Amino acid sequence: MSKKIIATASLAGCFGCHMSILDIDERILDLVELVEFNKSPVDDIKKFTKRVDVGIIEGGCCNSENVENLKYFRENCDVLISLGECAIMGGLPALRNGIPIKECLAEAYLDGPTVGLNTEKIIPNDPELPMILDKVYPCHEVVKIDYYLPGCPPRADLIWDALVALLTGSEMDLPYEVIKFD
Amino acid sequence: MKEKILEIISNYNKDKTRLMDILHDIQSIAGYVDAESIELLHKELGISASQVREVISFYHFYSSEPLGKVNIYLNDSVTAIMHGREAILETFEKECNVKEGSVSEDGQFGLFHTSCIGMNDQEPAAIINGKMFTRLTPYRVKEIVKDLKSGKDIKELIYEGDGGGRNALPGIHSMVCNNIRRRSALLTHDYTPFDVTKKVLANTSPEAIIDVVEASNIRGRGGAGFPTGMKWKFGRKAVGDHHVIICNADEGEPGTFKDRVILTEFPELVFEGMVIAGYAVGADIGLLYLRYEYKYLLNYLNGILADMRSKKLLGNGINKIEGFNFDIRIQLGAGAYICGEESALIESLEGKRGEPRDKPPFPVERGYLNYPTVVNNVETLALIPKIITKGSDWFLGLGNKASAGTKILSISGDCNYPGIYEVEWGTTIKDILDMSGSLDVQAIQVAGPSGALIGEKDFGRQISYTDLPTGGSMIVFGKERDILNDVVMNFLNFFIEESCGSCSTCRNMTSVLKERFTKILNGRGVKSDIDDLLNWSELLKVSRCGLGQTAANPITSSITNFRHLYENLIQKDVVFDTGFDLEESVKASCAAVGRQPILHNM
Amino acid sequence: MNNTIKFKIDGKEIVAEKGKTVVEAAHDNGVYIPTLCNFPGVPPKGGCRMCTIKINGRFMTSCTTPAAAGMEIESNTPEINELRKSIIELLFVSGNHFCPACEKSGNCELQALAYRYQMMVPKFPYSFPVKEVDASSPKIIKDQNRCVLCQRCMKTIKTEDGERYFAFENRGNNLEVILDPELGKKMSDEIAKLAMDNCPVGSIIQKEVGFIEPIGTRKYDKVAIGTDV
Repeated sequence: MSKKIIATASLAGCFGCHMSILDIDERILDLVELVEFNKSPVDDIKKFTKRVDVGIIEGGCCNSENVENLKYFRENCDVLISLGECAIMGGLPALRNGIPIKECLAEAYLDGPTVGLNTEKIIPNDPELPMILDKVYPCHEVVKIDYYLPGCPPRADLIWDALVALLTGSEMDLPYEVIKFD
Repeated sequence: MKEKILEIISNYNKDKTRLMDILHDIQSIAGYVDAESIELLHKELGISASQVREVISFYHFYSSEPLGKVNIYLNDSVTAIMHGREAILETFEKECNVKEGSVSEDGQFGLFHTSCIGMNDQEPAAIINGKMFTRLTPYRVKEIVKDLKSGKDIKELIYEGDGGGRNALPGIHSMVCNNIRRRSALLTHDYTPFDVTKKVLANTSPEAIIDVVEASNIRGRGGAGFPTGMKWKFGRKAVGDHHVIICNADEGEPGTFKDRVILTEFPELVFEGMVIAGYAVGADIGLLYLRYEYKYLLNYLNGILADMRSKKLLGNGINKIEGFNFDIRIQLGAGAYICGEESALIESLEGKRGEPRDKPPFPVERGYLNYPTVVNNVETLALIPKIITKGSDWFLGLGNKASAGTKILSISGDCNYPGIYEVEWGTTIKDILDMSGSLDVQAIQVAGPSGALIGEKDFGRQISYTDLPTGGSMIVFGKERDILNDVVMNFLNFFIEESCGSCSTCRNMTSVLKERFTKILNGRGVKSDIDDLLNWSELLKVSRCGLGQTAANPITSSITNFRHLYENLIQKDVVFDTGFDLEESVKASCAAVGRQPILHNM
Repeated sequence: MNNTIKFKIDGKEIVAEKGKTVVEAAHDNGVYIPTLCNFPGVPPKGGCRMCTIKINGRFMTSCTTPAAAGMEIESNTPEINELRKSIIELLFVSGNHFCPACEKSGNCELQALAYRYQMMVPKFPYSFPVKEVDASSPKIIKDQNRCVLCQRCMKTIKTEDGERYFAFENRGNNLEVILDPELGKKMSDEIAKLAMDNCPVGSIIQKEVGFIEPIGTRKYDKVAIGTDV
């Protein structure tokens, strides 16, 4: 059987979900037998070099770059998975939802408790910086998502069982403890 | 002021079940219910201040914030919009220098929207300081505001003259028109007020009265259609220290205004219907719950009750029948559609938020203050004296087999002769359209937003409890109307506005439906969105009351009968679209930092 | 006189004391019907609709319906379970339920119901409503983001004179449960703890005692809600 191709990305996330992928411990040796990684922070491949079977997305969309990246994944992946609370429902970054952008920027760069070094009170505005969206969007409210693995982070056992089931076409029988939202 | 508030509270014996009246009285002298009054209510009634606010914030016409010296409540029902509400609103906003939903800076004018006020046959209409103003034009609005600014009393503003009929009586003095266009069993003047009370009750047993009502096959005219005789029987059988008859005059279904006309022209029929019901059920307490919008009828109706009392037609030993003690009190509502639901109405009568109760127990078992309570519609009660006088066979001879008698329809919208029409059950929609002069009809809303939106293929159907049941609201939409944007959206907003919020499905689902519906209107819809709307609407069916259970009807019935309108809007050859719009979602941050995003098109 | 009645839920015979509601009778007989707003000892209100069942083809709430002899009830059916799951999803998208940041996570009944009904993602769009957090009381935080309007605090937390600490404000989708500012200031530690414990979600949190139990030992970490029925 030829190896399945996997790609991963972290959008507005903390990389905790990626850490949880590594938490499958020694099963990672089985994983490399099953799959080959393409675009991913794991191998630092920046652009897709071939059609991908399974794309795994951590984090929701908080800016224009996240949106572009997510759409890029959707175009290049047969199956797309939202991994973790941020991808599924915006997560902690979405705590800002409902607060006007101007207030967010002011809190982050002008008025907040951590702006001490920004003595010139500059809101970063380099043309290369992506634009912040009006709110943080769950991935499935931007593109079509095929599967969801909840958790903050998703338990390693959940990721492993789900991947194996998806890659081998076998049935998933998940114990109660592995699906958690925290 | 403190003494006055305390006096009001003691006028009602510090009875917290009379909170509705207390709040009305406070608001009428203070303009609104201020923090000091709330504190006094907290101390005197033994409920926390938040419990007082809980009631105030439920009803549209109470306020714990200062209102204007003059307060304008502009109706926003679909018919008002069809007849030029927008221009009226603009004129009010400009002339009063106030935005809708607020009070002007000088505190002179408050301008607010409000759900259907029962004037669909004479829109646009507004309630200004409790007085009803109908058939408004921008010209007339300018005049009104000018007069108000010059300090004229609201009563002097009615240049139109009275609306005819009893609207001309000094007790009403209103420009509201009756527009009675077709009379049958109820609306015909063939009745001598209180003849039944005087001549029949003394020599007829309560059981015999119930037998006649049951034999007549009359069913509730409010919409639900429960057999009236059976309800009375249950009420009579139920055990309690008191028994209660309630007349539901909270007609809030958009497009309905027949109860307003019945109460104006035939209040004796209604009150006598209540007396007869009281006799049959063995009740001693009578309550008429009058919607706040019809407050202009309150003094007039109270005058009739006073007259009845002086003639011993109310009170102890009515018509010298020993043990028949029955009196009627009118309770004024405060603006909440849900209070038309009988158990919500009872909660409101007890001085609480108008949230529907769980059934069982039904009101006939435990209703007002837990006493067995029979709740009947205005029209149902008004028919009772005639049924007793003329007999059940007379009534059965009208209408059709499943639905005996007549129905009073409130017809409005795109028709030449809006008004009320009393027709026999079994009349077809086509006949209704013809008699009201409705030409080039695209659709008709039968039974209001909670009913059905039907098109030409169904115009042969009949109004009947077994075909198209209706409380009487009929709104006609011509060929030029934008059904989805103007009609369905208006109805959806109505249900969002009027949900009590206490059950999870009704509180939340209507907004979800609106989001998906808006996506389709914005051209981002796909076929699965139509399926979602239909499937998701199912969830509302587990709501507690009729409002929640029917709140998706504007969506489901427009999809069922006007699916092509949806299909014209959805994207062709696109099977999936989240509706996400990058350009739209970065607008706020682009404005904040003054540049556009660089897209890399990876 | 015989004080018991018999009826059926999903074909199983239930023997119940007269006067019990369907949900009480079901739980007494080891049949789980999910609830959220229902609370023992106070009158039911049928607010969350989670305990919806079908009696003779009609939807009813089992917390408000008295058990009656001969009833044939449908409860654990695909149709009704799907409805219940939809209600859970609707509650999730209508508030701001950030489980990873919530002190109640693991002990939260809404979350536990979502686990039991295997919600991976709500099918409805998130609304992200703008809500306030009221921290004015020295004893508790009332977080409107997490409130599911179940009324449990309204019904159970009262002063000795019967005044309610919590009350509704507004209506429809603007409805909120608010803490009476005056009573909130005078709240005792015992009342604060009771309010927190009676709240099914993390909307009422006693100050300075959040996150007291480590992950893995909380109520619904290892066993599903309703397992003890």
